This record gives sequence, structure tokens and C-alpha cells, in this order.
Amino acid sequence: MKDTDIKRLLYTHLLCICSIILSIFIPSFFLENFSILETHLTWLCICSVSVTAVNLVLYLVVKPNASSKRSSLSFKVTRFVKCCVYFLMSCFTFHVIFVLYGAPLIELVLETFLFAVTLSTFTTVPCLCLLGPNIKAWLRVFSRNGVTSVWENSLQITTISSFVGAWLGAFPIPLDWERPWQVWPISCTLGATFGYVAGLFISPLWIYWNRKQLTYKNN
Amino acid sequence: MRLGSGTFAACCVVVEVLGVVLFLRGFFPAPVRSSSSSKHQAEPPAPEPSAGASSNWTKLPPPLFSKVVIVLIDALRDDFVFGSKGVKFMPYTTYLVEKGASHSFVAEAKPPTVTMPRIKALMTGSVPGFIDVVMNLNSPALLEDNVITQAKAAGKRIISYGDETWVKLFPKHFVEYDGTTSFFVSDYTEVDENVTRHLDKVLKRGDWDVLILHYLGLDHIGHVSGPSSPLIGRKLSEMDGVLMKIHTALLSEERETLLPSLLVLCGDHGMSETGGHGASSTEEVSTPLLLVSSAFERKPGDIRYPKHVQQTDLAATLAIGLGLPIPKNSVGHLLFPAIEGKPMREQLRFLHLNTVQLTKLLQENVPSFEKEPGFEQFKISERLHGNWIRLYLEENNSEVLFNLGTKVRRQYLDALKTLSLSLSRQVAQYDVYSMVVGTVVVLEVLTLLLLSIPQALSSKAELEVPLLSPVFSLLFYLTFLVLSAVHVIVCTSTESSCYLCSLSWLTAGGVMVLVSALLCAVVSALTKVLVRGKLLSKNAAHSNSRWSELDLLILLGTLGHVLSLGASSFIEEEHQTWYFLVSTLCLALCHDIYRNYLPGDDCEPQRCLHVEGGFDGATPALQDKNTSSAVLELNRGCKSPSSLGTLRGYEKWMVLASPWVILTCCRLLRSLNQTGVQWAHRPDLGHWLTSSDHKAALSVLAALSLAVIFALIQRRCSPASKVAMALGLLGVYCYRAAIGNVLFPWQQDNKDISKGILEARFVYVFVLGILFTGTKDLLKSQVVAAGFTVKTVGLWELYSGFVLLAALLLRPHNLPVLVLSLLIQTLMAKFVWKPLRHDVAEVTVMHYWFGQAFFYFQGNSNNIATVDISAGFVGLDTYVEIPAIFLTAFATYTGPVLWASHLVSFLSSEASSSADGSTHSQ
Repeated sequence: MKDTDIKRLLYTHLLCICSIILSIFIPSFFLENFSILETHLTWLCICSVSVTAVNLVLYLVVKPNASSKRSSLSFKVTRFVKCCVYFLMSCFTFHVIFVLYGAPLIELVLETFLFAVTLSTFTTVPCLCLLGPNIKAWLRVFSRNGVTSVWENSLQITTISSFVGAWLGAFPIPLDWERPWQVWPISCTLGATFGYVAGLFISPLWIYWNRKQLTYKNN
Repeated sequence: MRLGSGTFAACCVVVEVLGVVLFLRGFFPAPVRSSSSSKHQAEPPAPEPSAGASSNWTKLPPPLFSKVVIVLIDALRDDFVFGSKGVKFMPYTTYLVEKGASHSFVAEAKPPTVTMPRIKALMTGSVPGFIDVVMNLNSPALLEDNVITQAKAAGKRIISYGDETWVKLFPKHFVEYDGTTSFFVSDYTEVDENVTRHLDKVLKRGDWDVLILHYLGLDHIGHVSGPSSPLIGRKLSEMDGVLMKIHTALLSEERETLLPSLLVLCGDHGMSETGGHGASSTEEVSTPLLLVSSAFERKPGDIRYPKHVQQTDLAATLAIGLGLPIPKNSVGHLLFPAIEGKPMREQLRFLHLNTVQLTKLLQENVPSFEKEPGFEQFKISERLHGNWIRLYLEENNSEVLFNLGTKVRRQYLDALKTLSLSLSRQVAQYDVYSMVVGTVVVLEVLTLLLLSIPQALSSKAELEVPLLSPVFSLLFYLTFLVLSAVHVIVCTSTESSCYLCSLSWLTAGGVMVLVSALLCAVVSALTKVLVRGKLLSKNAAHSNSRWSELDLLILLGTLGHVLSLGASSFIEEEHQTWYFLVSTLCLALCHDIYRNYLPGDDCEPQRCLHVEGGFDGATPALQDKNTSSAVLELNRGCKSPSSLGTLRGYEKWMVLASPWVILTCCRLLRSLNQTGVQWAHRPDLGHWLTSSDHKAALSVLAALSLAVIFALIQRRCSPASKVAMALGLLGVYCYRAAIGNVLFPWQQDNKDISKGILEARFVYVFVLGILFTGTKDLLKSQVVAAGFTVKTVGLWELYSGFVLLAALLLRPHNLPVLVLSLLIQTLMAKFVWKPLRHDVAEVTVMHYWFGQAFFYFQGNSNNIATVDISAGFVGLDTYVEIPAIFLTAFATYTGPVLWASHLVSFLSSEASSSADGSTHSQ
């Protein structure tokens, strides 16, 4: 049971990583002058769209928590609308937090907002897919000893690693190397992406290594 | 020997300071000095070199100029004269630079770019060290050999008007002087009028040889409103008028005398983009240097571009120009264009004098001077010079003579350049031995401190310091012997200056004893820790103390900050590190709060379950652990969620909102003062407020801030100090209105601006009163043992006294910093630290972080130029050293000081409330 879960986890994560890598290379065939640094905003859009799409598809295909009892159409539609609202709210919250952290308030609004969107795709979208618009479940997952499955454990790891990546990404900004990627918010978005990818890599391995110690209540 | 942890920490700090002082003594090099510098007797000038035939020219050459006028404009940057601003605002000077009989240079000032060391450099030609910055506020007389002293000895009459520093540096040198003080930075017209008003009279009189004018107005404008202010242009036009007046007067007088006169225009240092100075950015170190004299006639079409030279070169040039010996410690070389028009023999003679002086300095400071390339070049050129003199005396063919002379001259110029360079480089040599010893002391104390932390923080707060046993151990004597041997070897082998070697043998021996005793103490403490660690690991396989995320963040953040100081950019932009850490801390607190406090049926049982699990795990460990502390910890864990239930609705919402309020406050403060290097030029609220158009807004803000300060601080004061506080804050506003920073609503026009001495002293009375009552309460609690409450009240009074003093000293646009600091302290204490029950260590580190962040919120940086010296003159008529230093230091470190005093008072109040709680429960 557990080993098959971990295997599925690994495959889905590999697909996510592939989607990010493809979002770097595929657009250059269709768009001229496409590069991560120079047309950063375009890349951000493409990357977040592709990651969201892959997450949704995987959720529909794999169905890690297929125990939804009510499956009426109206319920699904409200659920979807709620998810969208939550996603937008998380984007705005991240934007506010970035500004509080010192991002410029008036200039570079689009850049900051797209960074917020990207970080939301890395963190909020998987949460919404897995847990649904259920704040209590979120709080349970992100408090200590609250995870109930392999999927939630990996969700915890990837989310935290994306946050830490974005946080660490701010470090090179004050350095005087004068590189193009030191400009706000490029280093932070790159940091978040690296963090997300690292989280995707590490979480199946970590869960595999610690599979003896990990006990989930439901399993 | 048993010591209380407080005593132990104090001892450690003292030894640490000793180590740091030793290190700094080695790091900041002693300036290059001639050994005979103390004696001012005139040595005979070096005779002209000659080969064979004897030259009879052994006296000093006669002066080149009859009169010298030095116009020194403080903070005159090179582009103010040579750039677009100069073309626009200084037409006469631009004419002189481009077409007149002049030589222009860009003189590079060596950091520290502060007035006093710069004047020293201009007049002695030496490079003053960083230690002179400290002395800048109060300049003692200059004892080194310098141009002014030489001129005085030669019977020249010198007059000085302008900055008082000159009078202090050269007391009794001037036949006439009028010093203006540079400390009322907001005054930029009167300081200069005080200089210019003497000008007409003096220029007409003509009974002087050297006239020194030091204009301060430009620097003041820079400090107040920066280099792009419109005031700069007006000031430059004024200076241009002064220059024109002096130049025409000199020209008209020149007709009567034989010798031409010299007009020198220079700046002591430049101005950074923010208007300050002190560091080493290009804007701060480039100053214009303009020599104007009819001796520098040029043909039309002769375009002279400003050459880059050193500021120290002026001393040698002035000495030659006035027919004086070159100052002994000068490392500069003659500005050759100034003597270009002279006959070849004189040119060579001047160059020879300069080279001989530099070589002498090199011989005294560099042990292996014979290997220096400059010395070899000097020998060659001296020989060639001798040959040239022989040919000259034999009256050879003039063309041959000229060609040979040109060759000699080139040789000399090369030699001068090399010598000057190697001497300046000498200044940048570290005293490695002292640095190593200082570092060793610091590291040993640090290790000792770290090793004894667990003991010192235990409930007894006492620790065993292994001091006596190592003194009698073999290791101690062996180390001492080895160190002494090393000391002897180091001191006898190198001939370069070494601070430790110049100390007496007894003191050096004391240092060695200290180093070896500390080493032994560290070794014995280490062995103890290792032994105890082994015992512990045998007894308990696992420790049940678990670190929370917040603890981890605090530890990693503090460590990371220390590590980040390895990169120079992170030092320049240290404020970014602190802002980042403080924001992260707020988010972590937010996370903590929401996890503990958010309602949710899922969360609550989870939490209890966790606590139960902890209990299960702890039970076996209870036997070997200190029972009481484990129970306390569990109590803490169980209580914090339950205490939430007792909170009223309003308080709960405040708890939930406070991290966000604090974050918003920090963001506001961040945009108040831009600081650092990379983004310092960005517009900020502080500049907007200080500009004269927004005086009304500033007044409203200041009044509002003072009102909020009162509202926040009065809640725990005694009635008497409440009244004192209110009156004091009113006095602060009156003071700011009196010196013209803010307006009263009924007073629309600008009335005359005073220094506000009366108002400021009025506030000082209340500050001292509040501090006095606070101290009295503290003493009472110590002597009578009246309990914690009196102590807490006393500490709070002291804290509020500091707040009042800070309100007086901070610039009005910085008052919001004070307000928000009080607000954050109140919120944190009431809604974060108390309900979440953070322990003492966490609260202390958080105070430290916020204190550091507030240091930068004030607009400070690690650049010395951002120190606001005007704070040292609040309520003082003249410069009084000790209060001025104290006030400046307090105003600079307001943030850290306020947070530290809040920490003490908060901890005391916590202790008293917990004591109350325990008595109640009993």
C-alpha cells in the first residue's frame, strides 16, 4: 500500500518537474527572444500555467483522496469557484507580504504580483487540489504531527521548500555583483522554483528513507 | 573559584574589549612619521648635488610668490567647479580654469574624508590615520611639521578666517583670525558672511603674506539638503564672487611688487550623493585644486585638462612656493606645472629638495630602503644632476644642456612618483603581530564564554571558573615560556613598527600571561564539558528538549547575520539584513500565534494530543532530569492554549492582528529613511518631510508623534513623572519651533531663528528629574528590599527618561521612529510575549534584533557620514566635549538603547508578575 503510494508520488513529482523544465525550453520554439531572464514575466506566466495544468490533470487522474461522498454537479461547481477565490486570495496575500518585506509599493507592481502568482502555484494550487477549500484541513497538515498520508507529507515538504527557496532567493539582491538575475523579483522567483523542484525531488526520497518511522493515522 | 554569571560575563567583556583594542591598534596603522618630527629646529637644506666642481647654492631657494591666498571651500566636489554646475554657477572660475593663468587639478583626498584630517593632510602632506576622526570633534594643536609652522618660523604673517579648526590646529600662528564654528549645520549664510566681511579690509591692507579662508556654508547645505539642492548653485555663485574679488585685488597689487602672487582654490573633501562625507566613494574623495597666478601665463589655445593628483601634494608645492623647507612628514610630491616656468637650474633644485626629503622619510620608515626602486632612481638622478651642474657651471652648449636637463628632470619626476607611492603604501601596512595576539585573546574569551553558557544559564546562575588550578599547571608555564620566546624572536627580527614590541617588557609579559592563562582555562573547561557530555550520553540516550521553529529561526538568523558580515556588500547594506530578519521574525510569530490561537476543533485536540505525547515521552526521562523544570515546561505547554480561552474577544483579535500591525509599522519605517549605499539615493519620506515646502506637514506629524509618545509612555509612570513627561514633550516641540524645524499654528511667517538653548535646557531638567526618580526607586528596591514592584516602576521611569531625551535629540522627521518603536514594544509585550510565554532568551534576542533594525530605521548606516553630529549641540552654547560626545552617541544609538532599556524593564515586570502569581497561588 505504502510502497505503491510512494511510487505514484515519485512519478507525479517527476511529471511536475518535467513541466517546469519544458516551460523553460518549449516556448523558445514559438516565441522569439524568449529567455528566462530577459522575458522573465512571460516565463513566469507560462511556468505557473503549466504547473497548474499538470497539477490539475494529475489530481483528476491519480485521485489521491477519492472519498468525496457528495458528487453532485452543483457541489463540484461551488467547490471549483471556492478554489479559484482561495487562489486569488492567496495571490493577494503573498503580494501584501512581499510589500511588507520591502518590495516597492508603487513601482514594479506587475512583477511583484506575478511572483505572488508563481509562489501561489507552487504552494496553494497543490494544497487546493489535495485538500480542497478546507481551512481546517490545511491547518491540520501544516501543524506538527498532523499529516495523515504520504501525499500530505509530500505536500508539506514541497510547500515549505518553496517558501524557503523564495526566502533564500532574496539574499543575493544586496550584493554588488551587478548580474541581471539580481533584479527584483528574478532571484526570488528562481529561488522559489528551485525550492519547489528540490522539494519535489526530496519528498519521495525522504518518505522512502523514513517509511519505517512514519505512521499515519488513517493507514 | 565560583563566580556569579553576571560577574563572569562582565570579566569576559573587559578582556574582550582589551583584545579588540589590541587588534584595532594593529589594524589601523601608525602613520608614517619622521623620527625627528618633534623637534622643529631647521635642518640645513640639502645642497645642490655636484660632481667635481663645487656649487655655491646651498641656501634654500627664494620664494616664488609674494603672497598666497588659500580659499578652502568645505565639501567642494570636483564637478562643482569643473562640471556643468561650475559652468553654470561659477563663470569667473570657469574662465580661469579654461583660459586664465592657472593650473587645475583633481586632488584625491584619502579617507577618512572629514575636515580635520584633511586640513592636516593639506598642511603637513602626510596621511592622517583613521584615529584622527575621533579627534575631529575636538582638534588639539598640530605638533607635526607643517607649512604654517614653517611659514611662521620664517617670519611670514598669516591671517585665517573661517572654520575654527584652523585656530585650534595652529594656535598662536595667526596674526589675525576669526573662527566660525561648524556645528550649527542649519546655518549656511552667516558662517560665510563672517568670513567674507573681513575680505575688503584685508585685501586693501596688504600687510600679510598668507591668507587662509575656510568657507563652511557649502558643507552645511550638503548635510542638510544634499548635493542636488538649489541652494548649492546659489552658494557656488557667492563663492565665485569671492574668488573674483580676491583675484582682481591680487592682480592690481601685483603691479607694485616684483613677485607674482598665488591664489589656491581647494576643497577639503567632496560630497556623497546623500550630502554627507567621511567614506571613500569617488564623490567624496575627488576635490578640485586650482592654482591661479600670473606666473602660470599660457598661450591662447593651450588647453590644460585637470590632472589627477593627491591632496598631500599641495603641502610640498606651497612650501616651495613660499621658499620654505618641505614638511618632514610630507609624502606628496611637488606639483610640477607650478614650477614649469622657472629656469632649468631652479626646477632641478626644487625637484632635488623634494626627492631628498622623501628619501629621508623613506630611510626612517622602511628598514630595507636600499632595495626600494624609488631610492635607486633617486641615486641615479642625483648623479645625473651633479653632471648637469658641472656642465652648467662650465657654460656648455645650451642645447646639450637643455637636453640633458630634460632627461634629469624626467628622472627626478619618476623618482618622486615612485617614492611618494611607496610611502603612501607604507601607511596601509598592518601590524600583523598585534592583530594576531588580539584575535587570539578575543577567540579564547569567546570559547570560554560559549563553553560556560549551559552552566551560567542554569538555575543557580553561578559557575565554576577554572582559574586557580591552571595557574599552577605545567601547561600554563610551558605556554608562557613559548609565547615569551616567540615575542622575543618577533620583536628582535623585524624592524618595522610593532605596537606590542614598543610596550614595556612588563606589559607585554602581562599580555602573554593573560593569553596563556586563558588558554589553560579554555582547555580545562573543554575537558570538563567533554567528560560531562560522556556521562550524560551514557545516562540519557535522548534529550526531550525540543527546539521550536522560532528558536531555530532566532539562532540561525543571528548566526547568519554574523556570517553575512564577511561580504562587504552585506556590511554596506546591513540594514537590509535586519529588516529581512525582523520581517521573518514577525511572520514566524504570526505562525506561532495562529497555530496556538486559531479556533478550530481539529487543531485543539491535536495540540492536546501532542502535549500528552510529550508527557508520555517525558515520563521515563523525568528520573534523571531536573524534575521541577520538566514540570514547568509541561505546564507551559498545557497552559498556553488554555489561556486563550480566558482572553476576551478584543484581546484575542489584538493578539491575532499584532504581528501584521508590527509588519506594517516596519514597512512604514523602512520607507522613512533610505540608507546604505546602493539605494541611498532613492526618494524617501524623510527627505519629503524635511524639504521646506512641507514644513506644515512635518509640524503636524511632530505634534502628533509627541502626543502618541505621551499616550504610550504615561500608562505606567508615577503621577509626578507623568506631568514631567508632558511638560518635557511640550518643551521638545517648543525647541524644534525655536530652531525653525517646525511651526506653531499661530506663527505663519518665519521669525528669527535662535539656537533654542532655553527650550532645550528646559527639557533637560525634566529628563534629569525623571531619571533621578527612577534611580531613586531602583536604589530603594536594592537597599530596602521593597520587592519587585518598586524596581519595575524605577526601571520604567528610567526608560521613559530615555524616551524623552530621544524625543529631544532625534530630528523631527525621525519622531515617528520613536513612536512606532514604543508602539511595537507595547504590542509585543502585551500581545505576543506575555500570552505566548516566550522565555527570557527568546525575548532578549528579539529585543536585540529590533534594536538593530531601529538603528537603521533612524537613517544610520555603517558609514560614518550618517552620524548626525548636530544632536551633540542641542542646548549647548559652545562645543563642550563630554556632553557633546555623550549626546551624539545617544542620538546615534537611540534604537538599540531604547530596546535594551525596554528589555530590562520588561524582564523585571515579568519577574514581578510571576512572583505575584506564585504568592497568590500559595
